[in-house]
Amino acid sequence: MKKELKLTVNGQPYELYVNPKTLLVQVLRDHIGLTGSKRGCNDSSCGACTVVLNGMAVKSCSILAMQANGAEVLTVEGLADGAKLHPLQKAFLDHGAFQCGFCTSGMLMASRALLEENPKPTKEQIKEGIDGNICRCTGYNSIIRAVTAVVKGEYKEAK
Amino acid sequence: MSKYSVIGTRVHRVDGPEKITGNAKYTFDMVLPNMLYGKILRSPHPHAKILKIDTSKAEKLIGVKAIVTGKDTIGKKQGIWRRFPELCDEEILCREKVRYIGDPVAAVAAVDEDTAEEALDLIEVEYEPLPAVFDPLEAIKEEAPQIHEGVELNINVTRHIEWGDVDEAFKKCDHIREDQFKCSSQAHVCMETHDAVASFDYGGKLTVWTSTQASYYIQALLAGMLGLREGDVRVIKPPTGGGFGSKFELDSTQFCASVLSMKICKPVKIVLSREEEFTATKRRTPMYYYLKLGAKKDGTLLAKEVRVITDGGAYTGMGATALYLTGFFSSFPYKYPNYRYDGYRAYTNTAPTSAMRGFGAPQSTFAGESQLDMMAEDLGIDQIEIRRKNGMTPDYEVPGQAFIQSCGLHQCLDKIDEHIKQRGKLPPNHGIGIASYGFMSGGIFNWFDTPYAFSAALVRINIDGKVDLFTGACDIGQGSDTTLSMICAEELGIGLEDIRIHSGDTGICPADLGAWGSRETLMNGNAVKMAAADAKRQLMEFAAAKLGVNIVYDMDIKDRWIHLVDRPERGVSYFDIVKEAIRGRDGEVIIGRGHYTPHRKGMISPAYSFGVQAAEVAVDVETGRYKLVNVTTAHESGTVINPVGIEGQLEGAIMMAGGYGFCEDQPMDEGKILNPSIADYKLIRSLDMPETEILEVDTYEPEGPFGAKEAGEGLTNPTAGAIANAVYKAVGVRINNLPITPEKVFRALQEKKKKG
Repeated sequence: MKKELKLTVNGQPYELYVNPKTLLVQVLRDHIGLTGSKRGCNDSSCGACTVVLNGMAVKSCSILAMQANGAEVLTVEGLADGAKLHPLQKAFLDHGAFQCGFCTSGMLMASRALLEENPKPTKEQIKEGIDGNICRCTGYNSIIRAVTAVVKGEYKEAK
Repeated sequence: MSKYSVIGTRVHRVDGPEKITGNAKYTFDMVLPNMLYGKILRSPHPHAKILKIDTSKAEKLIGVKAIVTGKDTIGKKQGIWRRFPELCDEEILCREKVRYIGDPVAAVAAVDEDTAEEALDLIEVEYEPLPAVFDPLEAIKEEAPQIHEGVELNINVTRHIEWGDVDEAFKKCDHIREDQFKCSSQAHVCMETHDAVASFDYGGKLTVWTSTQASYYIQALLAGMLGLREGDVRVIKPPTGGGFGSKFELDSTQFCASVLSMKICKPVKIVLSREEEFTATKRRTPMYYYLKLGAKKDGTLLAKEVRVITDGGAYTGMGATALYLTGFFSSFPYKYPNYRYDGYRAYTNTAPTSAMRGFGAPQSTFAGESQLDMMAEDLGIDQIEIRRKNGMTPDYEVPGQAFIQSCGLHQCLDKIDEHIKQRGKLPPNHGIGIASYGFMSGGIFNWFDTPYAFSAALVRINIDGKVDLFTGACDIGQGSDTTLSMICAEELGIGLEDIRIHSGDTGICPADLGAWGSRETLMNGNAVKMAAADAKRQLMEFAAAKLGVNIVYDMDIKDRWIHLVDRPERGVSYFDIVKEAIRGRDGEVIIGRGHYTPHRKGMISPAYSFGVQAAEVAVDVETGRYKLVNVTTAHESGTVINPVGIEGQLEGAIMMAGGYGFCEDQPMDEGKILNPSIADYKLIRSLDMPETEILEVDTYEPEGPFGAKEAGEGLTNPTAGAIANAVYKAVGVRINNLPITPEKVFRALQEKKKKG
């Protein structure tokens, strides 16, 4: 029995009918067609599907879509302002903070939620902020350097 | 100032904007009209005869569109070993026998994944379980069950490498050590699991989109396994979520999706679950290492004898090459006058083992560098000194095996020596361990029997000056699209933004052996450079005529300005000449061709990179837990083409190789992998990641494009050995068995205490 789900994704309201067992990541990827959020595991341990839900970083495979009923969701597709990149995206480009790119959406969204909550995190807090996200390519340090550069205000003009 | 305009500069990756906006479309994201979803039924037994497969119930399930078993195949066995058919031993869809838990027996295509999953439960397979064997040391005994028909003692491959007179040399040694090591397995853990979308059309042509390191291999192997002509199979590699050695063989998603699609002429997509990725794809080869090392009192190494037994798992995969390379790289990076290696690869009833970043060298480096430190201590010689005394130098020949041209090992040792001195006196229970390493820039082997050049490229200059670069190289995240675009731009004297690269699509790109063995920068780089030079020469003909140049002048292009080298102000715009050249050739576009196959470069590789790594650990003596504090690497890789890319390779390698030394493992019970999830398989996360420092050493490799060579896998080699040596330096316990877990350190500390 499908249920009605209303949620806002990247500022766009959606009304959908979904099976109650559907995960939020499935709604985002398969129903709405936003494939930027990836699935790297089945048990909320890799972080590739991280989105910002009502201001908090959430692994979108860890909650049912119905739990996001009425919520505001921000995915990686909503991070840039049109063609204008978000400071974190610019910093990731400059610092080579990604390689294969499969974890990148999740890393960006975890970082974005961290900076919303704490605009001046220490290096250790940045590490904690992305500790739920696996990156098999970069060794994390370039990601930490990119986020640090944003914290230091090096990308202010990009806002 | 650098003589180069593009190479050596810090640039954005060419695929960067699409990746950081979530817009890059991986195979995982693909949806085609009328597409079906496939799932694979796998053996629950480590070794069993298949008596019967009944698919009738599953076929009746609404939404199921096709089911295939081994009977739907042409019954061939696959392998990359086209020159050695006896090593092609994997059916993928098993017909008579399964050999490990996870071996595929059937595949289903249905309207959605849930239906396909449900259908798997309805397929009834009758097995007759057979005795199984899980350890290579057991598998080679007379009484062990035979895993592959006709393979005596389950010995899949043997390798022997020898030079000098080892037995005589040991007699002359002042000190001899014999040690044993055990190297564990490791999972690649690509963030994108293996996946494929196969679409067979009514015209008899198959197109496969897949996450792969080598689209040409997949094209050729699929054609062979499906009974199609190579030209009727097109393999396209979209952005790929990591490979690390796991994605250059034909896999179950590519094969099963193709067999299903051929049955119903509809696209079929198969994505492996993370659990399948851990249990039913190939993995790093576990090895038992026996080392005998002999030296003079002054630290001169006279002889080394190496015996290795590797756990092959159920099939050959690329494991035969890992067996060869671990034997060759056991001699690295030192000048052994006498050396002997004997390697044996044994089949077991476990998930097959194969290539993984480093390809046998992380194992040999762990064992070799651990033992070398022990030898240095026995002789009372400093760890750096013993490496200086025996380390390879430029223009060295590994007897009968390899020619080493550029080599910066000694400068790397100097830098690490300085680094250790700068760290000064360490806090209690801290230790710095070092390990030296070397690695190849692509393999010279051609067991695949490719009739094509190893690498090839095409450069097309269009009317607006924009260049289409076509290459079969596969960017799997390591950044070859960016590096090759930079090489093309530099050679043509234009900007990176003037290049558009098309890679990894067998329908439009020249054949290339793909991304493995750290081959693309050197091999594909040479092909791209040659293609760009060919196109440039064609432009120059028009430019010279236009400028009315005296033929004694040499001409070049830099920053899109075609000019006389000695009088750079005299020139003409690149864009103008492109237009005139195309007009002057009756509208024919300018195409440059390039190719590269190594010749007269020994048996292994055309070039080698070197480095030394220092790992600092802090051990908690109460619990055995330890922290990776700092990992500093001095390395050389010839001319640096893409500095951001190299930093990424280096730091990323430390995460993977540190994991190999520190925490990653695949424990098994009766052939069943016990930790098949990211939650249970411990990887280094951001909080465990040490500080990383890079100390660059300049070298120039004559064989490489602009002097460049390998910078991808070699960096995976030293870390486990450096950690082992660091733990010893910190608390005086020696762990010879990977991974070096806190538990092992704790037990060793207890043991040490008991002995007093």
